[in-house]
Amino acid sequence: MTTDFENIDLLLVEDNEHDAEMTMRALTKSHLLNKVYWVRDGVEALDFVRCTGSFEGRDPQRALKLMLLDLKMPRLGGIEVLRELKTDPKTIGIPVVVMTSSNQDRDVTESYQLGVNGYVTKPVQVGSFMEAVAEIGMYWLLTNQAPAR
Amino acid sequence: MSDIDNVEVLLVEDSRHDAELMMRALAKCDVRSKLHWVQDGVDALDFIRCTGAYDGRNFDQRPKLVLLDLKMPRLNGLDVMRELKSDERTRTIPIVVMTSSNQSRDIMESYQLGANGYVTKPIQFGDLSDAIARIAAYWLRVNQVP
Repeated sequence: MTTDFENIDLLLVEDNEHDAEMTMRALTKSHLLNKVYWVRDGVEALDFVRCTGSFEGRDPQRALKLMLLDLKMPRLGGIEVLRELKTDPKTIGIPVVVMTSSNQDRDVTESYQLGVNGYVTKPVQVGSFMEAVAEIGMYWLLTNQAPAR
Repeated sequence: MSDIDNVEVLLVEDSRHDAELMMRALAKCDVRSKLHWVQDGVDALDFIRCTGAYDGRNFDQRPKLVLLDLKMPRLNGLDVMRELKSDERTRTIPIVVMTSSNQSRDIMESYQLGANGYVTKPIQFGDLSDAIARIAAYWLRVNQVP
């Protein structure tokens, strides 16, 4: 994973280090790891996108192609991040896919009502998890088109 | 079971040629799915809302994916998007714009209206097949809907 946070395509927002590593390993296997940056909570996610806080001065050369967003995180959870991003015309165009252990219908419905682009419940089996991440990566990083800026 | 029960993919496309290519590509890929094709935006809204020609269709049978062309007669894709995404009963249905346009204005406007995704139709059938395979793998196998 790059420590250079310019030209990032995928922002991984995940508080659990083990899950984050598994996701990045799955992306590596599909040769999609190139431009992934990992943050651990919702505050960091918003700071990254807005180039504020710890990311003040970050120059977004181009817009994210995907944000993979966990729901249950300390400081600021995924639903709040989603609400902030999707109610701001400057950030509504960032594709956000919630990726969480919750398959609670309430979380799924609320996410879609707030404008989430997609929702994935983390598979429990490692093999299925790796395959799901590969399919997420292939669609969102290679096929889908996000607004350029 | 009728033709319009348990539809998983609603294809909204005015060109018969493009629709047939997409249906052929979808049939080729290894994700099984039931597709219904409508040729314009009015039929798309009637299908989802169970009105007009689709009066009596079961409203709770929501497609897992709508593939939506932009430039269509009668009602265009952005108007369909606006209608579906501004109604809380239908705003949770995933809509992926699938169009020949790669104009950044169309892309931005689609997302502003709430599009879940946007794909520019590849010209070569091989590339179209690959794109449809990836669309199917993500939206029909991995993605969860309410």
